[in-house]
Amino acid sequence: MTEPALRVENIRKSFGGHEVLKSISMSAAKGDVVAILGASGSGKSTFLRCINLLETPTDGKVWLKGEEMRMTSRQGERRPADLRQVERMRARLAMVFQGFNLWSHMTVMENITEGPVHVLGTPRREAREKAAALLAKVGLSDRADYYPAHLSGGQQQRVAIARALAMEPDVMLFDEPTSALDPELVGEVLAVMRALADEGRTMLVVTHEMAFARDVSSRTVFLHQGQICEEGPPDQLFRNPQTDQFRAFLSRMN
Amino acid sequence: MDLLIEYRSQLWAGLVTTVQIALASLFFSVALGLIGAWAKLSANRTARALAGAYTTLVRGVPDLVLIMLVFFGGQVTLNAIGAATGLWDYLEVSQFAAGALTIGVIFGAYFTETFRGAILAIPRGQIEAGISIGMSRPLLFRRIVWPQMVRYALPGFGNNWLVQLKTTALVSVIGLQDLVYNAFAAGRSTDALFTFMAAAFVIYLGLTALSDLGLRALERRYSRGVQRA
Repeated sequence: MTEPALRVENIRKSFGGHEVLKSISMSAAKGDVVAILGASGSGKSTFLRCINLLETPTDGKVWLKGEEMRMTSRQGERRPADLRQVERMRARLAMVFQGFNLWSHMTVMENITEGPVHVLGTPRREAREKAAALLAKVGLSDRADYYPAHLSGGQQQRVAIARALAMEPDVMLFDEPTSALDPELVGEVLAVMRALADEGRTMLVVTHEMAFARDVSSRTVFLHQGQICEEGPPDQLFRNPQTDQFRAFLSRMN
Repeated sequence: MDLLIEYRSQLWAGLVTTVQIALASLFFSVALGLIGAWAKLSANRTARALAGAYTTLVRGVPDLVLIMLVFFGGQVTLNAIGAATGLWDYLEVSQFAAGALTIGVIFGAYFTETFRGAILAIPRGQIEAGISIGMSRPLLFRRIVWPQMVRYALPGFGNNWLVQLKTTALVSVIGLQDLVYNAFAAGRSTDALFTFMAAAFVIYLGLTALSDLGLRALERRYSRGVQRA
């Protein structure tokens, strides 16, 4: 059996005395699109941020294509055993944020080439050619020399997706990518994400878009109070929810 | 006017000293300011406490007191230590070093706050975006933090620099022959204080005007991508 693209085991996270994540395990094969649902406060964003160590999990392990992110603990606090290794693995785990987080002092083109040129060491010319192709893919070829401040939210998020793609990641993490958008801009971002799913990208998507989870994801996971409450193929999950919590969540969302 | 031309070499020498001491102390204070801002924002409790003590102490005492304390008091202390330990004979503290260092230390405290505020003004998400694509700490600082920090720091930096430039006039009290010292000396010996102090006035104004131009150029350069209203 081949190694899954991403595997996490027993991820826990506490803030102070409050346990936000209570032992979450899951894995994603190459090409899987996992939609992660849950009410606010269910820990779904924290879970995503524990995978690339934007938050340091209190416990648990992460493997990327079989390579384990090595952790150690010093003075009772967990931390990366080798920061270089974590940086290398982060580069293979691109993240798209709710608030876009484009670098405001760089043009669209510079935002996309920054990672390849300075982190991966790609020659600038090659990085620019690839960035141009990615911009075409997200439908923003004519915006290469714009600064983020001059773009709409939907356009900024599409640039952020292109920036993530430019890293040629093994797994893409989407943290509520449409939640900060005006309703009329949500569609353009979802369309891009749908296209990525169709071309076989491995994606973990924290979202409130039920339609996206139902139609696009290969697997849907419902988090409740820091635990996986239900998971499975979306058609099965949505048609036949097993728990009261998920039923209540679905009725609130509709 | 004739008098000014006659004494132009003194005025020029004073101007050069003023500019040198201003730039030397600027260098110290920017370095101290960066270190101080880093310390205040670090997770290390000791570093935070030290930086806090530094800014509180320095910002709470008149500049003139500190300058005289370092120059006169420093000399006495150094020589007392030398006599007690026998490690060195009589030492003289250089006026330039004492002046530049003290003014640098004073303004380092103000720059600490300027830089700290500037770093805090950078949206957290942009730093996370850098971390999430695998940037190392130095790369993150160079490519994401520094360019934006400079933009947020420039208005405060400009303020500090102008005050710092003018504060160098205080070094004349420890006998350093800067613009004020030389203009005053020339004015007294020719009985034309008004003329020479007016000349100093104009020269300082020229320096600050020049600084303004430089600062504006920097602001243009570092405001890339900022939407102007």
